[in-house]
Amino acid sequence: MLTRQWVHGWLLLMPALTFIFLFTHIPAVVTVWNSFFSTARGRRPSVFVGLDNYERLINDPVFWKVLSNNLWFALGTIPTSIALAIAMALFVNRQFLGRSLVRMAYFTPTVLPLIAVANIWLFFYTPGFGLVDQILGAFDHGQTNLLGNPDTALAAIVVVSVWKEAGFFMIFYLAALQAIPPQLAEAARIEGAGGWTIFRRITFPLMMPTTLFVSINAVINSFRLVDHIFILTAGGPDNASSLLLYYIYETSFRFWDTAYGATLTVAMLALLCLLAIGQFFLFDRRVHYK
Amino acid sequence: MTMLANLLKGAAAAAALAISAAAPARAVDLQFYFPVAVGGGAAETIQALTDEYMQLNPDVKIDAVYAGSYQDTITKVITAARGGNAPQLSVALSVDMFTLIDEGLILPFDDFIKTEEDKAWLNSFYPAFMENSQTGGKTYGIPFQRSTPVLYWNKAAFAAAGLDPETPPATWDEMVEMGKTLTRRDANGNVTQWGVRIPTSGFPYWLFQGLTTQNDAILANADGNETNFDDPRVVEALQYLVDLSTRHEIMEPGIVEWGATPKAFFEGQAAMMWTTTGNLTNVRANAPFDFGVAMLPANKRRGAPTGGGNFYLFDGSSEEQLAEAVDFIKWITGPEQSAKWTMATGYVAPRPATWDTETMKAYAADFPYVLVARDQLDHAVAELSTYQNQRITQIFNDALAAAITGQKDAATALAEAQAQADAILAAYR
Repeated sequence: MLTRQWVHGWLLLMPALTFIFLFTHIPAVVTVWNSFFSTARGRRPSVFVGLDNYERLINDPVFWKVLSNNLWFALGTIPTSIALAIAMALFVNRQFLGRSLVRMAYFTPTVLPLIAVANIWLFFYTPGFGLVDQILGAFDHGQTNLLGNPDTALAAIVVVSVWKEAGFFMIFYLAALQAIPPQLAEAARIEGAGGWTIFRRITFPLMMPTTLFVSINAVINSFRLVDHIFILTAGGPDNASSLLLYYIYETSFRFWDTAYGATLTVAMLALLCLLAIGQFFLFDRRVHYK
Repeated sequence: MTMLANLLKGAAAAAALAISAAAPARAVDLQFYFPVAVGGGAAETIQALTDEYMQLNPDVKIDAVYAGSYQDTITKVITAARGGNAPQLSVALSVDMFTLIDEGLILPFDDFIKTEEDKAWLNSFYPAFMENSQTGGKTYGIPFQRSTPVLYWNKAAFAAAGLDPETPPATWDEMVEMGKTLTRRDANGNVTQWGVRIPTSGFPYWLFQGLTTQNDAILANADGNETNFDDPRVVEALQYLVDLSTRHEIMEPGIVEWGATPKAFFEGQAAMMWTTTGNLTNVRANAPFDFGVAMLPANKRRGAPTGGGNFYLFDGSSEEQLAEAVDFIKWITGPEQSAKWTMATGYVAPRPATWDTETMKAYAADFPYVLVARDQLDHAVAELSTYQNQRITQIFNDALAAAITGQKDAATALAEAQAQADAILAAYR
């Protein structure tokens, strides 16, 4: 009887397990394996090189550059998009005329493909006749070249990402807000609490599980969203706006240095694992309101 | 009942007939990837030419696949080939030849050149274009959408600035002088029209190679395993490019976008632009003012790189398919087809025979600027091409970007790039 249940259990798990192994675990293991070999080129086959690729990684200035870019990108996108999402959710949670329209407007960037978004923003940023310059021009400001300047290129990309993501996170906060019983706020108001106190002491703590979920997604996205870089800057100027995943793509599919690409991927996997563990174990205890 | 049976028999016979008609004795399927890197109707023209060929050769079926930019195309081709699904033929950057050889993906055309006629065809291309198409005595690429950068100038802007609208700058110094006259500022000192625009985004090395050639430097050897990035003449050329923005203030500072360049020219944001001759038809159709086309200005000599794409033949198909692919390439590079392509885009027809056709002569008589790029071929050199080409050019591009944005001085940036390139190319010497 027990064995039969056991077999049934495994059979039920089989489809999901097959896919998770086929598309997640096996590629991950193969990637780690490949990172210990050299890249095969037409005339030279792949050979075992031990930790050579990792040594190269440590001495690769571009790797450190894109890693620090990625950290700045994460710092720039995560808090901003979460704060914006909360603000938008609070705003559209009230009753007012045209509420559905505003909700839809906030959510629109999420529906658009990132490549399309990037092309729209490419026009906004175009020096001289782009939207940004046309608006600034009305205030007698000279031409800007936000994407063509290493000091501003990454920030310009951060803005696009925040614009794209905030609407998506807003939906989760909106759902969380609607799950909070209105009596809590009413009771607090009777006690004489102001709007800010209600938000700080009641609304925000009750939304913590959502914040955890959203922040994990935001962290993943900050390493995963690179589509717009292809359109906007191609990582330039001089890697000023390149991110880790974009560098992995370039190394693997432009330079066809797949072994080093695998090494970079291992570095990224390790980083993401650390972040996920950190978030779950450290965050999780403070999430639920007691 | 009999009627129904007869009807069924008839239907079966008709179906059998249709099947046999659809499958002739010798049907060949070919897949053909092509990139589009310029404005205008390039993709439609390729499709139309392919359709025409299939009409002439009903037993051949060619699936022409638009594969994105040059960059996307080479990625798609290599990915497909590694997965065992290589197309039979593809247009890809001529400079990716060494990379494709190194990956073991392409075949030389020499194996398919059997008759005297074929040999004559192979020898009928401009030598400047063959430099990037041959190595080790074999031909790996057939020039097709080949280009070279030229200078476009806005005659209305020249006249408004008090310059002769028919005289473009012939030297570096003249370009700076004219650029200063052409750069206009409003009352607040904000620039409303730049003198010149040399785009530097994405692949700045290509237009920059115009400057290095004019300064009499060659960036890479013919074997593709040695670069000269730190040559003092290259440093000088980079300094000239940087000075256009910083010292002379006649070009937009920072990285200048390639894709927006024709638009900036149409909008009057820049009075002169350097871009590919592949944009010629686009400019002709969209410039709202009278414009001119000239060879790039000279310094120590005249000079420009060639550029653009070649046809490659991919390993992994049957002999029959490959022979058919070569036949198609022969046809599409034929004078009349090539003339259509040049008129639709502005790409330089790669064989003198095209320029001798009545179609092309009539077109050139009506629009003489189409000849500028062809005539510049006398001064042209091979585009920068090495083993691991994408990586080497990226190193070079990064160095140029660092100098253009003022993070490093020209000499330091180029010396570092040379050291990195040496480290990679040492394996190929």
